[in-house]
Amino acid sequence: MTTILALPETSRRILPRPSAALIWSALVLAVAYVAVPLFASRYVIEALLLPFLALSLAAVGLNLLTGYAGQLSLGSAAFMAVGAFAAYNFNLRLGFLPLPVSFVLAGLTAALVGVVFGLPSLRLRGFYLAVSTLAAQFFVQWALSKFGWFSNNNPSGVISVPKLQLAGFSLDTPTGRYLFSLTIVTLLSFFVWRLTRSASGRAFLAVRDGETAAKAIGVPVPQTKLLAFAVSSFVIGVAGALWAFTYLRTVEPAGFNLDRSFQILFMIIIGGLATIRGAFLGAAFIVVFPLLLARAGAFLLGGIFDSGVLDMTQRIVIGALVILFLIAEPKGLAALFDRIGARLSATAARLIGSSSPSPRS
Amino acid sequence: MSFFKFTKSASLAALLALSAFPAFADEQHFPLQSYRVGPYASGGTGFFGGFIDYLNLLNDRDGGVNGVKLTWSEGETQYEVERGLEVYERLKSAPGIAAWNPLSVGIAYAMLDRVAEDRTPLITLNHGRTDTTDGRVFPYVFPLLLNPYSESSGIVNYIAERSGGHDKLKDLKIAVLYHGSPYGRETIPIYELLAEKYGFELSQIEVAHPGNEQQAQWQTIRRQRPDFVVLRGWGVMNPVALTTAQRTGFPADKIIGNVWSNSEEDVLPAGEAAKGYTAIVSVSAGTEAPVIQEVTEKVYGAGKGDLADKTRIGSVYHNLGVVNGILNTEALRIAQERFGKRALTGDEVRWGFEHLQLSPERVKELGAEGLFHSINVTWDNHEGEGLVAFQQWDGTKWSRISDWIAPDWALLRPIIEASSEAYAAEQGLKLRTAEDVDKVATD
Repeated sequence: MTTILALPETSRRILPRPSAALIWSALVLAVAYVAVPLFASRYVIEALLLPFLALSLAAVGLNLLTGYAGQLSLGSAAFMAVGAFAAYNFNLRLGFLPLPVSFVLAGLTAALVGVVFGLPSLRLRGFYLAVSTLAAQFFVQWALSKFGWFSNNNPSGVISVPKLQLAGFSLDTPTGRYLFSLTIVTLLSFFVWRLTRSASGRAFLAVRDGETAAKAIGVPVPQTKLLAFAVSSFVIGVAGALWAFTYLRTVEPAGFNLDRSFQILFMIIIGGLATIRGAFLGAAFIVVFPLLLARAGAFLLGGIFDSGVLDMTQRIVIGALVILFLIAEPKGLAALFDRIGARLSATAARLIGSSSPSPRS
Repeated sequence: MSFFKFTKSASLAALLALSAFPAFADEQHFPLQSYRVGPYASGGTGFFGGFIDYLNLLNDRDGGVNGVKLTWSEGETQYEVERGLEVYERLKSAPGIAAWNPLSVGIAYAMLDRVAEDRTPLITLNHGRTDTTDGRVFPYVFPLLLNPYSESSGIVNYIAERSGGHDKLKDLKIAVLYHGSPYGRETIPIYELLAEKYGFELSQIEVAHPGNEQQAQWQTIRRQRPDFVVLRGWGVMNPVALTTAQRTGFPADKIIGNVWSNSEEDVLPAGEAAKGYTAIVSVSAGTEAPVIQEVTEKVYGAGKGDLADKTRIGSVYHNLGVVNGILNTEALRIAQERFGKRALTGDEVRWGFEHLQLSPERVKELGAEGLFHSINVTWDNHEGEGLVAFQQWDGTKWSRISDWIAPDWALLRPIIEASSEAYAAEQGLKLRTAEDVDKVATD
């Protein structure tokens, strides 16, 4: 310990930053893969982690489009719905396909729909684009409830998804569903992370920061925008399939309404635009935090107020917190955590520095 | 040191209390996925209020059911599937769960395989997925009193009666205005079938959830000029339908409400526009029934009533909640006769529901005469042959304008079986037989 601490300033600073990020990711993954299946209760997995994973992935997808490429979209829930219903239909009608293949095909279907609804982005920007993506929201919901074929002519429009199976193994337990979900979310997040550090990723940022400038340095703006729509919708589509297959295990078009689109948009705004972590932090804040608050409220005050009053109070508390967070750090929770982390490590370094014998003395 | 001693003994006591809790607590628990806020709060507060009021009445009057105390806990769902599931996962670890009553078709759908796995009954009084009536496929699901197909058949029979017989139906044009949710869409195929059978002209029109804008739908109705409009609404959709009908000039007495469009909360906000409106009931409104009187006296008299607004005592949703309480607790009583007067397992309660037979005499004994007619649940008929009646709103109160009548079960059963057998094939389930009924899990 002391020898490391005694190293000269410069050699400590050489440690490259990405490796710190890698260590953190590895740590989180180790906890997620080992500790959670061992210790988490069924409630934690079924009611907290499964929706958290699916919506985090959707937020990762939207962040690629909105955070990195600067295209504001209100159609996320529609692309989730496309993914969910496509996965269901591929699974139903082409039963020989293994589950991951249906998921990839579902993602591709969503990507296709995403590109179609991304076309207006070639002409429209900002709020105008947001309004045109609303069309996706309304059209998809309408089409899914209008044509019975999508839900296999189920009278009420609700589909019950089949049990999860992979290569003959049943994944129909909370832990099985969780690990399946976690693996897909990890792979896709890693893919998105790599993408943002590739030439295409830099093209996204260039388009976001100034279309004219991007064009001037030779970025193919229309292709870049459509690529962003395609990849983003792919990821969101798979998220929709996860939402349906692992979490709800039943789907109806109304579950993918405008509220859900806004929810995902708020996740990336609160979590932090153009960061992968931000999507997860935002999802945690929007999905998990209200439930913790509700439970705390019910535990402390459940005897005094009925559940309606508690629910209203909870909304007020969350609204106030959102405002507070955004005032404290407009760049979102990811930046806020960075700042807290930096301050903590500075304090820690100072404490260690003052308590351990200084090499100079 | 003393602090450590204290924490040690405290944690030991806590551990003891925790481990001993299920062993001697003779309590039967009702986890309630209720909704007291959101667009359907009027239904939620009335129904869950009535349910809780009845449980309170039994606890105070009889010390529960044969000495087994009744307890409950609540989680807010706002009628949303995601929240309903979260509450399910949160509350299901409580000991001694008797049954689930989510009062939402969407939530019930999502719970189908979960309750089968956890072996606990799921009650969808007056609503639910119709084919769950078939106990051969759905041992744990009970659309008690009236499933959506029976409701539709009852309404068409009533329209026939008003028009002078079933043979007059072929000259009629009927529009069904339904809520854009799993609940609303549930009856699309049955109305198509009834239209084919009786030869009436049918149009089915969807109203998007929650239904506070219906101008377009009523313009369509105005163009089509139907003889009757069947209103399959829920919550705010109903008063909006009645007022919009008035604005577009459609007479209220030609609108027939379904079983979730029949409450005071549906007509009062519509004011004059609701006068003459008729709706189907399986549970009547009114405070005359002795059990409602008793709830008023003993529960509200003791300041324990659940409704914030006492004038809602005896309203349709409140009475429905009370009847739901009667059905749930009578199932417990019937199961206790067989398994012993103690807290029962979910599967034992399932057995109770599968033998839930209350004759009109027993209903009278329970103080519920006039509230509902009778019920006759068997292992393969989970609806229980509930009878329906029709009531009309005169501007201030509902009055019953028909006798208790039976829907056309024989017509409906084959469609129900076809649908449930398809589900069984899709999910790889084996059909139950009469022998399976008495195989009861004791954990």
